Amino acid sequence: MTVPADEKLHARLKAAGLEPAQEARMRRELEAGGSHDLPDAGRADAGAGIDAFGRELYAYHDLDRLQGLAAMQPSAGANIRSLDELLGRDRLREQDGFPRKINVGRLIKPGRSGRQKVVIVPTTVEEKLLHDTSSRSEEEPAQGGSGEGEEGEVIGEQPVREEPPPGAAGPGQGEGGSHEIESNAYDLGRILTEKFQLPNLKDKGKKRSLTRYTYDLTDRHRGFGQLLDKKATLRRILETNLHLGNIPDVNRIDPTRFLVAPEDKVYRVLSPEKDYESQALVFFLRDYSGSMEGPSTVLVVAQHVMIYSWLMYQYAMQVETRFILHDTEAKEVPDFYTYYNSKVAGGTQVSSAYALVNETVERENLTRDYNIYVFHGTDGDDWDHDGSESLPQLRRMLAYANRVGITIAQHARDEEARTEVEKYVRGSGLLEEKARLLRMDVMREDADEPRLIEGIKKLIAE
Amino acid sequence: MELISQHTKRIMEGCKERAAAAGLRFEKETLEYIVTNRDLLELTPKLMIPTLYDYWVHEVEVLKEKGRYELYPSNPYETVINTRPAISYYNDNNPDWLNVMIFYHVLAHIDFFQNNLCFRHTWDYDFTGQALSDKRMIAQLRSDNGRWVDYVIEFARGIDNLVGFHSELSRLSRPPESAHARMLDYYFDHFLQNVRKVKTGKYIKEIERYNACLRQSPEHGEQAFFAEVLRKHPEFDSLYKKSLEAKAERRQDLLQFILEHSEFLAREKNHWMKPVVEVVRKTSLFFQPQIRTKIMNEGWASYWHEALFLQDDRISGHEVDFARVHAGVTAMPRVGLNPYALGMRLFQHIEESAGKGRYSIEFRRLTDRRERERYDRPQGDGRDFLFNARENLNDFLFIHSFVGQEFVDRFRLFVAGRRLNQARGVWEIYVKSRSADDYRAMLLGQLYHPPAIDIDREKTGNGALYLVHRFEGRPLVREFIANTLLGIEFLWGRPVQLETSEAVRAEPAGPPSGLPGMHMPLGEERRERELKWQRVRYTMQDRKLTRDVL
Repeated sequence: MTVPADEKLHARLKAAGLEPAQEARMRRELEAGGSHDLPDAGRADAGAGIDAFGRELYAYHDLDRLQGLAAMQPSAGANIRSLDELLGRDRLREQDGFPRKINVGRLIKPGRSGRQKVVIVPTTVEEKLLHDTSSRSEEEPAQGGSGEGEEGEVIGEQPVREEPPPGAAGPGQGEGGSHEIESNAYDLGRILTEKFQLPNLKDKGKKRSLTRYTYDLTDRHRGFGQLLDKKATLRRILETNLHLGNIPDVNRIDPTRFLVAPEDKVYRVLSPEKDYESQALVFFLRDYSGSMEGPSTVLVVAQHVMIYSWLMYQYAMQVETRFILHDTEAKEVPDFYTYYNSKVAGGTQVSSAYALVNETVERENLTRDYNIYVFHGTDGDDWDHDGSESLPQLRRMLAYANRVGITIAQHARDEEARTEVEKYVRGSGLLEEKARLLRMDVMREDADEPRLIEGIKKLIAE
Repeated sequence: MELISQHTKRIMEGCKERAAAAGLRFEKETLEYIVTNRDLLELTPKLMIPTLYDYWVHEVEVLKEKGRYELYPSNPYETVINTRPAISYYNDNNPDWLNVMIFYHVLAHIDFFQNNLCFRHTWDYDFTGQALSDKRMIAQLRSDNGRWVDYVIEFARGIDNLVGFHSELSRLSRPPESAHARMLDYYFDHFLQNVRKVKTGKYIKEIERYNACLRQSPEHGEQAFFAEVLRKHPEFDSLYKKSLEAKAERRQDLLQFILEHSEFLAREKNHWMKPVVEVVRKTSLFFQPQIRTKIMNEGWASYWHEALFLQDDRISGHEVDFARVHAGVTAMPRVGLNPYALGMRLFQHIEESAGKGRYSIEFRRLTDRRERERYDRPQGDGRDFLFNARENLNDFLFIHSFVGQEFVDRFRLFVAGRRLNQARGVWEIYVKSRSADDYRAMLLGQLYHPPAIDIDREKTGNGALYLVHRFEGRPLVREFIANTLLGIEFLWGRPVQLETSEAVRAEPAGPPSGLPGMHMPLGEERRERELKWQRVRYTMQDRKLTRDVL
């Protein structure tokens, strides 16, 4: 299904004159069709009987085969106690001159029915010298099989890309997905929080103060606690003894004669401290046009999951977030789940999203009370190839935003060429002119987790 | 973790009697525990050994990318572990009949652990006890040296897949030999040929002289022979001793070599690292046979749980339940490799073939297919042959010796291939070959096979450790090289070099020619040919990795 608005826009742009390459790209998006539905909850399993292809010989084990006991792995939640320790250790590694080992990763766990779960956990790899079996995959892997069939006969099919099945763009995985994200986001945020901080926070209307907690040994407590406050304790002991008349001469105090009551000991205890900070509002913008099919969407969404998680933890879910999806038209969606799971389709018009942000901010007069952050993820395709419509909107946005971060997940196919968005943003000189406000990060669509985190740092660094 | 109930234990004891009567040999004492999910959470990272040393990686999710099973010599989810007494783990709500089946499976595993020669080095001690004392030692060291213990564990684990498992076995399984026999080997195989470089005539004369000596006096012939040798070549004695030393050194694996020769570890303040490295090495050695006998071990256990369960009088009425579970475990998948199914069928096939005397020279000489099919000349019991196979083989030998065309045809096995159908955007799975040679090659290709990395002693002479990867058609995982070498450099205390082979991606010779719109059939051979290999050398110095092409 092609959105009529796309066609109209296409016709208009065509009238203005297009290069053949751009024309071809637009056509591809238009013809790809598709719609932005949320993925179906249930999905039929792939061809029965051939699922085991690629399952390794050594993946079979007694507990599972004989007793149906699933292989268990501690989840991040179970380990949350040791998480801080792990991260602390990881920091020390750097001091000791060894590379860090803990990655913050999303694991795609295949569920029983073939449906997959995304789980966010700290991960690591034990590195050894071992044979690279994948590089033999110049030739396709061979497996065992049994049963009927002549040599050469096709006995089954598998979809080429296994994770995002066609249609369920990117990490869309149906029901349960959003729940997983919410519960894991907090853990993930905890890890990320050490690395980032929102930049350029300014004092703005403190109507609803943004509360952020830091833990410190600030509160005092009598009788027991974590750290003995010696000065305060001595003061109390003195007081008690004065009351008891145990100090005959105030000028000549003999501490050996003190009576010490347990209640006199003053300790410091760990307590949450509220930090009053200005309120922040974060816009997440995602390009969900047809060209975003596949890894680029996965990447953009993964990065936004991380930013979102970090915000949830760091600002105790007090940061306000707004989610905007755009193809040639932009629309706001109510929650992260919809944002995360909507399928890709249609053409691309970056300016539509920027315009919607500007409009929203203006209409709701958000600049008065909020620090505003905008994170935009795209593959860099834009039908508005010279940015004549996007750039003015971007300039408007920069007039009020505290930071605009653009992530471009570049397709492997146009690795050499710069994408349109990158070209016009660079060309505009805004990156230098508003260096504190505008950041852009270009990565290849096959970037890994550390690269993503690197990207976030780049986007939100001071 | 608690022990199974008395009732269940009684069932186990009954199983033991029946299994022993059928010919399985195992130690009488065993321990069975009920495990909950919570227990499993703690056990699985420790490879089911409850007393394994603590290590932080156990607390993190380890990425399970492809090739994970290349990394570890053990499957972390076994039901039985090879300890003394053997320990096995059970779900607490298994019905009795299912327990009977599992018990037989477990007992066959125990029989395998305790009789297969690949496990020879694990027979003389209890690993859990050893592990417990190691765990305490490491905990103690950790309180003295803090996180540096974990670095040492990490770096030693980085090369623990290169342990000399086979040289360890060969040391233990060497037939007792007299000092003279070895001297004799050295004299004839090395000294005469390489040191003296004698002509063939002289060589034969020496053999004759040796035989003459023996004839003259069977008891003191050798002594007399060597007395003469020493008179003629006074240097022989010292050369022989030197060769013995060199031979012992050559057998060292990388961890042993580092333990013995590292200047860094030899420093007073680093002495504590040695036992840690030793623990990692021992642990790895313990698990090595497990992964090299996966198909045999599971096949053996499945073979026996089937054979024994069906004869068990206690479970009548549950045949259908059994059939369902048993089929689930041992069904041949349409595609994929199930070690239970494959191993069990292969054992059954071997038993039958051996029963018909088909492992004889006469049978091998037969070329007529029909005669081969009819051939049935019993020579002894097929089971004896089976027990022999279980004692002496590992997966490689098992498959290499017994997967033949008859076996492949009988179970309608084939090699499944996968190819891209570009038009439909799917992988097609197809029957690639039904030839036994291809099937065997495919199986062997799937087996655990760590790279062979040797120490080049001559090039190591000047301080930098020089490692040579013996190339077997597969390169090393490149991303892992840096950190592994970093670890070796830490333990070695000086620069480390690694010589290996990597692919040079040759430019394809122009775009594939073909009619427009018709895509070329993806010639695997064609792409294969484009891969060229070159030797490269990685150098890790001061924690910086450099690479040069040789």
